[in-house]
Amino acid sequence: MFHDSEKDEDALPSDQHGDGVDRRGFLKCMAWAGTGAFFLMEGGVLKSYALGRAAAGAPSNELSFVQISDSHMGFNKAANPDVIATLKTAVDKINALATPPEFMLHTGDITHLSKPEEFDTVDQVLRDARPKDVFFVPGEHDMLDDDGRQYLERYGKGTKGAGWYSFDRKGVHFIGLVNVVNLKAGGLGTLGAEQLAWLRDDVAHLKHSTPIVVFAHIPLWSVYPQWGWGTDDSAQALSLLKKFGSVAVLNGHIHQTMQKVEGHVTFHTAASTAFPQPKPGAADSPGPMKVPAEQLKSILGITDVTFVRGKHALGIIDSSLA
Amino acid sequence: MPRHLWIALAMSLTSIVLSGAVGDQPHAAAPSVPLAPEVAIDNFTFGPTEVKIPVGTTVTWVNRDDIPHTVVNTDKAFKSKVLDTDDKFSFTFTRAGKYPYFCSIHPKMTGTVIVE
Repeated sequence: MFHDSEKDEDALPSDQHGDGVDRRGFLKCMAWAGTGAFFLMEGGVLKSYALGRAAAGAPSNELSFVQISDSHMGFNKAANPDVIATLKTAVDKINALATPPEFMLHTGDITHLSKPEEFDTVDQVLRDARPKDVFFVPGEHDMLDDDGRQYLERYGKGTKGAGWYSFDRKGVHFIGLVNVVNLKAGGLGTLGAEQLAWLRDDVAHLKHSTPIVVFAHIPLWSVYPQWGWGTDDSAQALSLLKKFGSVAVLNGHIHQTMQKVEGHVTFHTAASTAFPQPKPGAADSPGPMKVPAEQLKSILGITDVTFVRGKHALGIIDSSLA
Repeated sequence: MPRHLWIALAMSLTSIVLSGAVGDQPHAAAPSVPLAPEVAIDNFTFGPTEVKIPVGTTVTWVNRDDIPHTVVNTDKAFKSKVLDTDDKFSFTFTRAGKYPYFCSIHPKMTGTVIVE
């Protein structure tokens, strides 16, 4: 499927970006993408991405990884009595992707009650996933009772403070942030001064053309403050990343997919592999949402992310477990 | 039975009946809160959000929600372990004052205990 701007009869007169991807063309490609939601960060990537997907392997200028989130191992109430089964389904989905992802990001709430056996079970299930590298950030459910000692013992190696860190893959700089500790009464997620100072230093030497991916549990944008769905000092973090041409922010916590684009920053939240939560304001509280059993897997999901280097572009596909 | 014993029996029965009818509690005003108040946690809310008690009262929080919560005083006077559904936490307030608290997992959930 190609989008050739000279021959594109569907091109709107006001093709603002001049990239040949007009609204109708975009919708055509969304239909092709299938059950998932497909978002472009910047025009021009669509052609290369389609080719990449059709090929058996990933072109060398592509970086492909998967985001999963909110596995809540240990949860067993009505909304999903078997979170192990749905996590296994997520792993099967990941293993069936046409382009094998190079690694996985888990954006937190790995466990439900921070119990050792819950962490162990997630590790066991994820061992069956083809991508062997998994990068975690904690959710508030992973830091209960022991100020995060369980979490840090398992996933804290090489991290600072409450577990923040960064790493590089194929020229893309990944930053794992922790916004679920030292929460204040009546407040939202928080990063804190120490972590922000670390972030400033971490990106200081990077070229403006370096693609950045930030991942953290609670959304780093104001999704719905009344339910605590936001981070009180995220604006400070984002201003430290202002110089970069391409920033993707991947979060979890809200158990539904949501996307926002603001200038050079794309914000995306992933579905949970355990249970869904209501849309903002659609219920009294953000608790587990019970749906008919046959519908559950269609509201849980994984996120497949592809970077096409040189285009500063990002393709994000959310797929349900159904 | 001899007559005087019948009278004694009748009088004791009467006094038992009388004391039963009147009740054996002192005639004091009933306390304005129960002596062991309970705060129910449900739907991401502490109910009631404000509790007023005299010094020495024990408050018990019960989690009736389908998600875990905690009870943490902002001045660190008390802090529960994580409470799953049906778990309880109790604290005895031995000093007067205002005790604002929140759920450390869902910090938007807040409540207060006022001890007089």
